[in-house]
Amino acid sequence: MMYLLALLLLFIGLYGLLVKRSLVKKILGLLIVEHAVNLFLILVGYRSDGLPPILLPGEDAGEFVRASVDPLPQALVLTSIVIGLGLVMLMVALSLRIHERHGTLDCSKLNRLKG
Amino acid sequence: MDLVPLFVIVPLLAAFLCLLAKGVLPNLATWITLAATAALLALAVLAGLPGESHALAVGGWGVRVEAGVRFVAGIVLVLDGLSRLFLVMVALVSAAVAVYGVQYLASFSGRPLFHVLFNLLIAGMNGAVLAGDLFNLFVFVEVAGIASYALVAFGTEAEELEAAFKYLVLGSVASTAILLAVGVVYAASGVLNMADVHARIAAGAVSRPLLGFAAALFLTGFGLKAALMPFHAWLPDAHPSAPAPISAMLSGLLIKTLGVYAIVRIFGTVIPEDGRIPVVLLVLGSLSMVLGVLLALGQDDLKRLLAYHSISQMGFVFVALGANTWLGVAAGLFHAFNHALFKSALFLCSGALERIAGTRRLSGMGGLVQRAPATSVATIGAALSISGVPPFNGFWSKLLIILALIRAGHPGVAVIAAAVAVMALISFVKVQRKALFGPLPGHLAAAREVPAAMVAPILVLVALCLVTGLLWPWGVDSFIGSAAAAVKVAADSSSSAADYLHMVLGR
Repeated sequence: MMYLLALLLLFIGLYGLLVKRSLVKKILGLLIVEHAVNLFLILVGYRSDGLPPILLPGEDAGEFVRASVDPLPQALVLTSIVIGLGLVMLMVALSLRIHERHGTLDCSKLNRLKG
Repeated sequence: MDLVPLFVIVPLLAAFLCLLAKGVLPNLATWITLAATAALLALAVLAGLPGESHALAVGGWGVRVEAGVRFVAGIVLVLDGLSRLFLVMVALVSAAVAVYGVQYLASFSGRPLFHVLFNLLIAGMNGAVLAGDLFNLFVFVEVAGIASYALVAFGTEAEELEAAFKYLVLGSVASTAILLAVGVVYAASGVLNMADVHARIAAGAVSRPLLGFAAALFLTGFGLKAALMPFHAWLPDAHPSAPAPISAMLSGLLIKTLGVYAIVRIFGTVIPEDGRIPVVLLVLGSLSMVLGVLLALGQDDLKRLLAYHSISQMGFVFVALGANTWLGVAAGLFHAFNHALFKSALFLCSGALERIAGTRRLSGMGGLVQRAPATSVATIGAALSISGVPPFNGFWSKLLIILALIRAGHPGVAVIAAAVAVMALISFVKVQRKALFGPLPGHLAAAREVPAAMVAPILVLVALCLVTGLLWPWGVDSFIGSAAAAVKVAADSSSSAADYLHMVLGR
């Protein structure tokens, strides 16, 4: 169920990124896409009523693995958030420059490239 | 000491130093880049060419055994035949491009920043080629990707920004697909290390439908990065818009390290033997070959024409991979290597011709062989290579691809490939007639040859094309053959990841 919601969020984001003509809406679309994928990764490692993935001294490792949340996807998500931030910042910077040069944020009016 | 991490460390350090050098001396960054690419070339010769294939567990977090299960706990860098081929390719082309850039970029402001991004691009590509687990592959693909988006927009002219935005949007869709695929593989198998994933799949511990879903996502993501035909729309805008040295890097290297390498690695090593993938590669590759060359025939803009030829030539590589035999993979990788040499040479030539004639339009050029003999010789050499005229390297790899297709039982695709090769020849004969020969138009009477420092690296690349074309029979086994042997057994073309698994898991 939660996976389907993440997938739905992904498609909403992709719609914004690919179909919307305003560059600002494209940026919002990219943000939603990134959140959807991060949510999906977190869900992969999630376990309801799971323990925080911190192994305390004296705790049994086997028992810990069975009861705790999988920490690996969380590490992946941290990295992917940073990468996503880089992508979004670059996109914002490009949009600002495009507005400077073309005087518009409507990508249907950006048509200097053809063929 | 193990030299493998240096392939990533050297360009990363160079990028950092270029940023520091920005405020000190404007030309320092140029020298740092030259030193870094020279060091990479030396590394490629030292560690790359004769080196033993091996896996390096970063920080000593190698293979662990818990409850009778062997797995890799940390990050591994793997140097095998396949990685070696791509490392040498990156080192050769980026060194030539760095030398060319000294003169080409002399008039650009913000040169240090250019060099920062250029080094990051190299670091990302080298890292992607060495990465031993899926998530690291994704991270390095993103490092190279983000650097390339910024480099396409480097001139900050209206067209360049537009192209960069388009490239960024499609590139981020590609990375989303790749990250999602990594997540699905992790959900299905519980591991991310490539050898581990393979071992789990081989043991039957992974659900087939989920694996199929991941395979489709990987193919979409890396297909977008490689500009395979239905996913090609960004390439003819992005590659011509970048400054010429970057066009050479993008068309010569980036679409191969992020596209060809990743697809060979994922479908050769990680996800073993799925009968549907080669068929998809054959169909999409044929489509890219034919439509790419047809669109190239009608182009007047030289760089755009070259960009469409990149799509078409990548089609050759993918149909060869789709043949799904050792010979096919070897021919495809050989063609990817050759394409890196002659396409980067051609894009560097296009930059030189643009300097000489003041335009990129073929209709505005003519008779340049009289005014710029050295650049013309380089252009003719590279054009002969790409259009497959013997004895240049392009002829042999195309011949091998056609032979591989016939032997794998796809004579129809082989006929298409041969026809496309002829059309590419026609297209480049047209380029030569329009740009280099014929009468010299009046406005070009005072055109001058570009400085020797710009022509020399192109001539070196063209000479390499010729040398590869003449001497390839001696390099096939040790270099191209061992790269293909990373995924296919040479004798019977069955799938092979045994060596890779042995290297990483030490079984």
